[in-house]
Amino acid sequence: MTTIYVPRDSAAQSVGADAVAAHLAELLPSARIVRTGSRGMLWREPLVEVDSPRGRVGFGPVTVDAVPSLAQAIADDLTHPLGIGLVEEDPWLAEQTRWTFARVGVDDPLDPDAFEAAGGLQGLRAALGQSPDEVVAAVTESGLRGRGGAGFPAGIKWQTVAATPADQRYVCVNADEGDSGTYADRILLEGDPLTLLEGMAIAGHATGATVGIVYVRSEYPAAIATLDAAIRIARDRGWLGPDILGTGTTFDVSVVVGAGSYVCGEETAMLESIEGHRGQVRAKPPLPAVEGLYGRPTVINNVLTIAAVPGIVARGPAEYAALGTGRSRGTQAFQLAGNVARGGLVEVPFGMTLRELVEGYGAGTRSGRPVGAVQVGGPLGSYLRPDELDVPTDYEEMAAIGAMLGHGGIVVFDDAVDMAEQARFAMEFCAEESCGKCTPCRIGSVRGVEVIDRIRLGEAVEEQVAVLTDLCEVMRDGSLCAMGGLTPQPVLSALRGWPAHFGRQPQEVDG
Amino acid sequence: MTTILASLQAVQAEHGYVPDDAIARVAEACNASRADVYGVLTFYRDLRTTPPPAVTVRVCQGEACQAVGARALMRQASDLSSDHVAIDHVYCLGNCALGPACEVNGRLLGRATGASIAEAIQEARP
Ligand SMILES: Cc1cc2nc3c(=O)[nH]c(=O)nc-3n(C[C@H](O)[C@H](O)[C@H](O)COP(=O)(O)O)c2cc1C
Ligand code: SF4
Ligand code: FES
Repeated sequence: MTTIYVPRDSAAQSVGADAVAAHLAELLPSARIVRTGSRGMLWREPLVEVDSPRGRVGFGPVTVDAVPSLAQAIADDLTHPLGIGLVEEDPWLAEQTRWTFARVGVDDPLDPDAFEAAGGLQGLRAALGQSPDEVVAAVTESGLRGRGGAGFPAGIKWQTVAATPADQRYVCVNADEGDSGTYADRILLEGDPLTLLEGMAIAGHATGATVGIVYVRSEYPAAIATLDAAIRIARDRGWLGPDILGTGTTFDVSVVVGAGSYVCGEETAMLESIEGHRGQVRAKPPLPAVEGLYGRPTVINNVLTIAAVPGIVARGPAEYAALGTGRSRGTQAFQLAGNVARGGLVEVPFGMTLRELVEGYGAGTRSGRPVGAVQVGGPLGSYLRPDELDVPTDYEEMAAIGAMLGHGGIVVFDDAVDMAEQARFAMEFCAEESCGKCTPCRIGSVRGVEVIDRIRLGEAVEEQVAVLTDLCEVMRDGSLCAMGGLTPQPVLSALRGWPAHFGRQPQEVDG
Repeated sequence: MTTILASLQAVQAEHGYVPDDAIARVAEACNASRADVYGVLTFYRDLRTTPPPAVTVRVCQGEACQAVGARALMRQASDLSSDHVAIDHVYCLGNCALGPACEVNGRLLGRATGASIAEAIQEARP
């Protein structure tokens, strides 16, 4: 009996994976069809894989129309025009370092036996055999930094939570993934949710928390359903609950669904939202690690931060710390998005240049035109010119050129992009998503849209540019959180990098 | 213990929107003021106070989709609006490598076109 793998990741479904799977099942009734997560080679979705004595042979992108000939090829010798050879030897995938995403796309994400057979639970088992302090020390030694954007060392955060006296502690996973151009959390939640739960249970043991919450944005219904199912499976198996793996350790997880708000990805707004209130940002201090959910010490980490932990504990922190560059240790799941020929998830050690990612993995633009601009790190990230892409992906190196890695989203535009329009959008987005707590963000962004509109009409451009620059300074210095504080980044980087798009001569540009 | 947001989400899951008379009920159940409930109701984009149309189309206007024609797609989609079909925008559906992305009554479309949206609307209509 042949085994055929078809992703049921929502990106794959968005280009017809369900119809492909159904049609294959119809034409090959004796085949076993396994629905998997996505390998992250999104431009090849739907990517169908077929077991063979040599390994798994891939075909993609498979349309419904191609299914009859593919079914024939599966019955014969696996030769087909859409064939890409052995999937695990494909250079795009083989040259990556899949630490966090090792199991994603390989098997049914809700098959607990497949999960365990592929190394799942080794981290949790190892952690439960260690003292909480030892686990925190391992996370610290690994050099793991937060993947939600700010890059704060995870071990230090855990240490604070563990050391703060409390009657209750929480582990809250941030799966709000609001940055446009990012989808790695979603692919993990849909493709290997048990790893996230394993990481959360380890965090619970390490910090003395017994309650875990995953805050997932409502735009991800498939991720929510898969995660809910994974939680039920983990409870059934005793991987979550009152007596984890028979050790007496208690930890359970529930899901809270967002309701359409970008700012609820900010950690304190997320806590407000979990408590059921408006998603307004809280002033810090107190840090959530000291006074977080319901005033109790709370670990808040991004999905990818937590999902890296089982591997770190199972394989030892040194192996993780050996990857990367400078103070950016381990791997980063980059997400190639927008106008890119080979869009998808690229997990590699920190340090690869943006150019290698965009031109190497991404193979340039989808339109075939030259790259015009690249926005890294979500809607609050700077726009980089094509000549600025030689920067290594490292938190500090990126900061040195006024950019940020954020959650690892890399959005490619071709040279038809209108950067004044993009700058306007940054302000518009801020105006729409501001939580409203502080004036520079709430009012400044509305003013910003107006000023850019005037510039685009060519009205007293230099005076308006001066107004815009001042406004950006006020927003940067006077905002309570990074929503208002970083919106100037895309605006000013566009203004500096593409003066002609704002109707300015290059020599008029200062700084 | 249920929260205000979770209660409102539950009401909307049942009725498709949050009717006026639900506000007092939620306030009482959550031991909150009606003003608090109203504040939450107006903060979140997902929550609505009127019944939804038969079909809701949400065209992604996030940057990754802008880079592959989301603005033009929004203009095309707007032509499809009717009494039964609402066209709205959303910022990112997590399908940023296969943009422009769009969602029709919860069904995700990749590399969406005016034609694929029109077809999805037909399939979604009861
Ligand atoms: C406006 C705004 C939106 C944010 N959105 C997210 C998000 O969607 N997901 C996320 O993990 N972090 C987001 N963050 C960062 C969080 O505040 C926080 O730093 C992070 O969840 C901590 O986890 P980490 O240390 O593992 O990165 C956002 C921050 C801001 C200011
Ligand atoms: S900067 Fe904007 S989003 Fe952040 S707290 Fe102030 S008003 Fe709210
Ligand atoms: S930006 Fe459109 S799906 Fe992410």
